[in-house]
Amino acid sequence: MKKVLGILLVVALVLGMCACGAKTPAATDAPKADAPKADAPKADAPKADAKKVIKVGIVNNPPSESGYRAANVADMEKVFTEANGYKASTFYSLKNDEQLNAAKQFITDGVDYLLLSAAATDGWDAVLKSAKEAGVKVFLFDRMIKADESLYEAAVVSDMANQGTTAVNWLKAQKLPEYNVIHIQGAMGSDAQIGRTAALDAEFKAGTMKKVVQQTATWDEAQAKKIVESVINSKEKFNVIYAENDGMAKGAVAALDEAGITHGVGKDVVVMGFDCNKWALRELLAKKWNYDGQCSPFQAKVIDEMIKSGKVASKKVISEEKGFDANTLTQADIDTYGLGE
Amino acid sequence: MDKGLKKFSGSQLVVPLFALFLLIVFNLIRDVGFFSINIITNNDGNTVLSGNIISIINGASELAILAIGMTLVTSATKGQDISVGAAAAIAGSVFVSVLRGTQITLPIILGAFLACCIVAIIFGSFNGTLVAAFKIQPMIATLILFSAGRSIAYWINGGATPTVSSPLLVAIGGFIPGFPIPTPIIIMIMFVVLIWLVLKFTNLGLFTQVVGINEKSARLNGINTAWTKLLSFIILGVCVAISGVINVCRIGLINHETILIDIEMDAILAVAIGGNSLGGGKFNLTGSVIGAFIIQALTVTLYAMKVPSTAVKAYKAIVIIAIVIISSPIVKEYALQLRDKLLKKPTKIMEN
Repeated sequence: MKKVLGILLVVALVLGMCACGAKTPAATDAPKADAPKADAPKADAPKADAKKVIKVGIVNNPPSESGYRAANVADMEKVFTEANGYKASTFYSLKNDEQLNAAKQFITDGVDYLLLSAAATDGWDAVLKSAKEAGVKVFLFDRMIKADESLYEAAVVSDMANQGTTAVNWLKAQKLPEYNVIHIQGAMGSDAQIGRTAALDAEFKAGTMKKVVQQTATWDEAQAKKIVESVINSKEKFNVIYAENDGMAKGAVAALDEAGITHGVGKDVVVMGFDCNKWALRELLAKKWNYDGQCSPFQAKVIDEMIKSGKVASKKVISEEKGFDANTLTQADIDTYGLGE
Repeated sequence: MDKGLKKFSGSQLVVPLFALFLLIVFNLIRDVGFFSINIITNNDGNTVLSGNIISIINGASELAILAIGMTLVTSATKGQDISVGAAAAIAGSVFVSVLRGTQITLPIILGAFLACCIVAIIFGSFNGTLVAAFKIQPMIATLILFSAGRSIAYWINGGATPTVSSPLLVAIGGFIPGFPIPTPIIIMIMFVVLIWLVLKFTNLGLFTQVVGINEKSARLNGINTAWTKLLSFIILGVCVAISGVINVCRIGLINHETILIDIEMDAILAVAIGGNSLGGGKFNLTGSVIGAFIIQALTVTLYAMKVPSTAVKAYKAIVIIAIVIISSPIVKEYALQLRDKLLKKPTKIMEN
């Protein structure tokens, strides 16, 4: 019995390794294998192919990171296709050093463009310099890095603070008689949390809105529900829930439902979320939530236009942030901008 | 009376009960109405109970269930399973993926629960086999699933955070229509009673403790030690499945990254606060369950006190350090000596 179990386990382990191993090394190993051969033909290869196929190397974080990233990766895959005139190689990692190695390989492999969403902001100088020497044009997307502007063509990034401002401006425009806000924060210190908190914090400080509670649920839906429950139990008045992502807003709404508090358009409590998951937008469409903000994961199109036209408008392109109001949202918006399914 | 007091003050439940008592008194001083229970009508039109005490017991349901399984694993294997959160993510994902795309009915939910139970048991057995057959340290063995679990859940979900909605699921995660107590509390109580009956009418508890105290002599006495260890992981697997399902039903959504995140540490903490030795051997399930309530009561207290987000963990740590130090052997021994002095009885040391 033990032996059989042992053999089974070993088989499972080996299979697991094969399965895991197949994805990641493929991106790094493939260029490696080509590297020695590539040296000679490299010089004329781009010339010959330049008109037909544009070779791009995409270094990104893995789609498993978040719904946002999954949408970002899907967007890249949708735009940089062979039908669109591209030959794209991709590499996904959460680790900066692995990303650096992959970027080096892409440069060695002779890509025309390197698209980069770095895991960390530091350490990219050397790689970008060698890219410049090799004539590889670099575009940053989604995330900025600490490097000289001359080292890349342009950066297409989100302005996190802008999302918060857009949302808070929307809230102010609702002209509620008073603002008693439950503010549920994401994981403290994350980009999204800082960006989405700042604008609301300013209102609290200015005294235009009253902070009923401000607490982190570290993106955890169940935790968000507990926070709202605790406010309900304390019998404090509140009329706005500002949750820094959709999941936490859903948790908060679950607490409202259990306590018999109405929410949504024209109801007791205004519910605000972020990310624009499709299911969340459907809640908006049903008028159970009021607002959903988005940090746009769609940068591929902008980069595609810049590559094709060869014109770069500015070094830093801020992608347009969306904010949806339940009163004006349409099914078409959900299909276009909604994340996930 | 003396005898009863002496027996009680020597019990491992003293510290956890005392800590819980302090938390309650602290909250009553802060706000007299803290534990008041209200009867309200929820948005589904049901009459339900609400209030902090309901929130605490309700919120601690998953933790209490996991703490029970964790106690058994701790007792039998002298180690802890740190993969319960990740395993719950897998179990929850399986539950949701069975439910999605079908008309949600009671038999389907039962089937989904069964499927997620089986998957959780398989992963529990994987951990258990590494520990029992390959004699790998439990924390190392479960580290594998701890790191891989949420990725597996991601793969099951296809990268999204799928939602499921049905009145039946609301009944599991919230309230059964016409019944004012949250269903998770009922599930937890049923599970506790079930485990209590199992421990009372089988020798599972005895065997588990014996294996934890002295594995060699247990084996020499004819106990299948490997099976006992494996069984503790299987039971924990069932606990994981139940907690995963409750958590999914609460919100109607599975997020593989956040579901029951860090629950493994809270579960281990509940076992420790309950006065159980993390070195295995003797255990007391009541202690672990009380430990779970203490952790939840602490969280709710901190929320009610409006502690700043950045400081929540620090406050929690301070209270936990205090509880752990008070229940440490050194302090305990000192306290027992003090008690004997106060009761004017010769101390143990003098007897020797």
